[in-house]
Amino acid sequence: MTGAPQPVPAPASSRGRDRAQYGVCVFLALVGILVIVDAALTGNATSSNDPIGPRPVPILLGALLLIVAAVYAADVARGGRGEPEGGEDVDLTTPIDWRTVLLLAGAFAVNAVLIEPLGWVISGSLLFWSAAVVLGARRHLLTIAVAVALALVTFYGFAIGLGVNLPAGALQGIL
Amino acid sequence: MIDDLTSLLDGFANVATPGNLLIALLGVTVGTAVGVLPGIGAAMTVALLLPLTYGLEPTQAFIMFAGIFYGGMYGGSTTSILLNTPGESSSVVTAIEGNKMAKAGRAAQALATAAIGSFVAGTIGTLLLVLITPLMVAFAIDLGAPDYLAIMILGFIAVSAVLGSSRVRGFAALLIGLVIGLIGIDRVTGQQRLTLDVPQLADGIDVVVVAVGIFAVGETLWVAAHLRRRAAEVIPVGQPWLRRDDWRRSWRPWLRGTALGFPFGVMPAGGAEIPTFLSYSLEKRLSRRPEEFGKGAIEGVAGPEAANNASAAGTLVPMLALGLPTNATAAVMLAAFQTYGIQPGPLLLERESTLVWTLIASLFVGNLLLLVLNLPLAPAWARLLRIPRPYLYAGIVFFASMGAYAVNAQPFDLFLLLTLGLLGFAMRRFGLPVLPLIVGVILGPIAERQGRMALQLSGGDLSGLIGGPVSFAVYATIAVIVAWPLLRRYLIRRSPAPGSAIQERLDRGHDLPEDGGGPGQRLAGQERRPGGAQGGDAPLVGEQRSEPDGGK
Repeated sequence: MTGAPQPVPAPASSRGRDRAQYGVCVFLALVGILVIVDAALTGNATSSNDPIGPRPVPILLGALLLIVAAVYAADVARGGRGEPEGGEDVDLTTPIDWRTVLLLAGAFAVNAVLIEPLGWVISGSLLFWSAAVVLGARRHLLTIAVAVALALVTFYGFAIGLGVNLPAGALQGIL
Repeated sequence: MIDDLTSLLDGFANVATPGNLLIALLGVTVGTAVGVLPGIGAAMTVALLLPLTYGLEPTQAFIMFAGIFYGGMYGGSTTSILLNTPGESSSVVTAIEGNKMAKAGRAAQALATAAIGSFVAGTIGTLLLVLITPLMVAFAIDLGAPDYLAIMILGFIAVSAVLGSSRVRGFAALLIGLVIGLIGIDRVTGQQRLTLDVPQLADGIDVVVVAVGIFAVGETLWVAAHLRRRAAEVIPVGQPWLRRDDWRRSWRPWLRGTALGFPFGVMPAGGAEIPTFLSYSLEKRLSRRPEEFGKGAIEGVAGPEAANNASAAGTLVPMLALGLPTNATAAVMLAAFQTYGIQPGPLLLERESTLVWTLIASLFVGNLLLLVLNLPLAPAWARLLRIPRPYLYAGIVFFASMGAYAVNAQPFDLFLLLTLGLLGFAMRRFGLPVLPLIVGVILGPIAERQGRMALQLSGGDLSGLIGGPVSFAVYATIAVIVAWPLLRRYLIRRSPAPGSAIQERLDRGHDLPEDGGGPGQRLAGQERRPGGAQGGDAPLVGEQRSEPDGGK
């Protein structure tokens, strides 16, 4: 932990100091406190078979989280910053497109709610279609066709063919 | 030795049934396809496919995973040559010369030397794996609980402190992973930890859900936030082939790249990035035509590609012999072993000998299939790069949801998946590496069990945690890694620094062309990374994108 992070040169002021990183420190500290409190509330059961019981490891981790949160904060204060991850389809020159992220997360949550009542074929088609549209698909008929085809193929291939757990839901008996 | 050979032959016999060959073919095809596709890597693929293979025998599942393991790398090199945006940190070097070759109309030769070089390196690497794994098992079989604890801690420190550019961010990711690993009922006392009285959490969070959430969902959300409006330009390619001249220039780099890559893969903190990089500088220095480097020298593709594949083969040695994963794909394969109720470690070779030797045999078979498959199919793979991005990422979300639901058939896991996906998103945003988290989730519970077992043996005396000579050596290594930034400063002050040969070679990276934007800059940043000699990102096949190095 002597690992004072490399003195990363602050970028040429285009995005400033990236103070949002302090949020990560707060998150780490909160997780640390949560882990310690949870461990404190766990009854300590030690025995000759298990001299230390279930508590010391979480308490150790919680303490380490608090230390890392502090070191992290010091690093941010000194101008350190984590470089956002690149990738083939990632254009880091643009700001985060929160609308797309939230809509995508929403599509995901809708599927989680609908998967059992409506079944995988319907909820999965809906998921693929909404995700593709949110991400910019414009040929709506094609998108719907691909969505339904994928859902049907995966249902028959995996649920019926390989015995994977996928619910039939509302279409029980029809499929 | 003879026994091992017999077992290996039995392994080949297991693979050589028509059904299993078909599964191997499926594995390499899927592996190459997803390796080519942006946004998906081998680790994510294995994680996504894991729940879908519950219906298969473990042997067959691992035949498939072996194909995906090597296939993913072949695909990755195609992407970096044709797109110049390497998806994996280990393909960064390939992109430098490979893309220059492609732009000069020699894409076919670049792909061919990469494919044949990967085959040569993969075959030699797998042979070395056969020779070395039993030796490492023989060493590891006598180790006790404290020694294992020490080795696990070395694994934690190595993935957090050495791989990646910021130690504090690596440790933060590791600790989050360890905390996720704590969730659930304590195996020893049966008490609930961190379950927040949610009954679904009592069994802990399935590693598959964690891997799919962090890799697949996190990646998709991150791409959605920054989706390139215009797809990158793909260079068209014909049938890969090599002229006699290209063969003459390629075969030595293949062998040298293999020799560099494998040892780095075996080391707990090796990874593929440093050897690919070393191979590049070595070839440049040895080349009779160094002026071609930076303009599309075939040696600069042949060497690093071989190093990349040999290193991947090397990472399987600690995975099979010690149960210690050093890259993301090995980590997910380790989780797959656990899912099938198989405990990796030195006893694996004894208890599951058939499975292990079949896995190794299918690595050989998969490697050969890849060569046969990829030379003729390269134009088809290149076409995959044009798949519309909305469909690609919608498809990832679709399969991620299906896989995560299939693990336990409960919608709760889908909400968990979304939460973990948001965590993965935040980690990408703030430059926290993903690998330490996954390793923490997988190895954390094992390390705790080993620690408590050690204390049980010593009757609660804390000295029981320290163990014998092996763990002393391991803790000494850890101390060196942790103190490395200070040590290095001290050594550099008294330059010429002993043992800094590698560092010097790394510094030569500045000779690399800087004009190419991304790759050049990333390589130039290499020199500042902590841990010099041991440094380097694991060959994170696709998931952990360009290393979060200091911005420029």
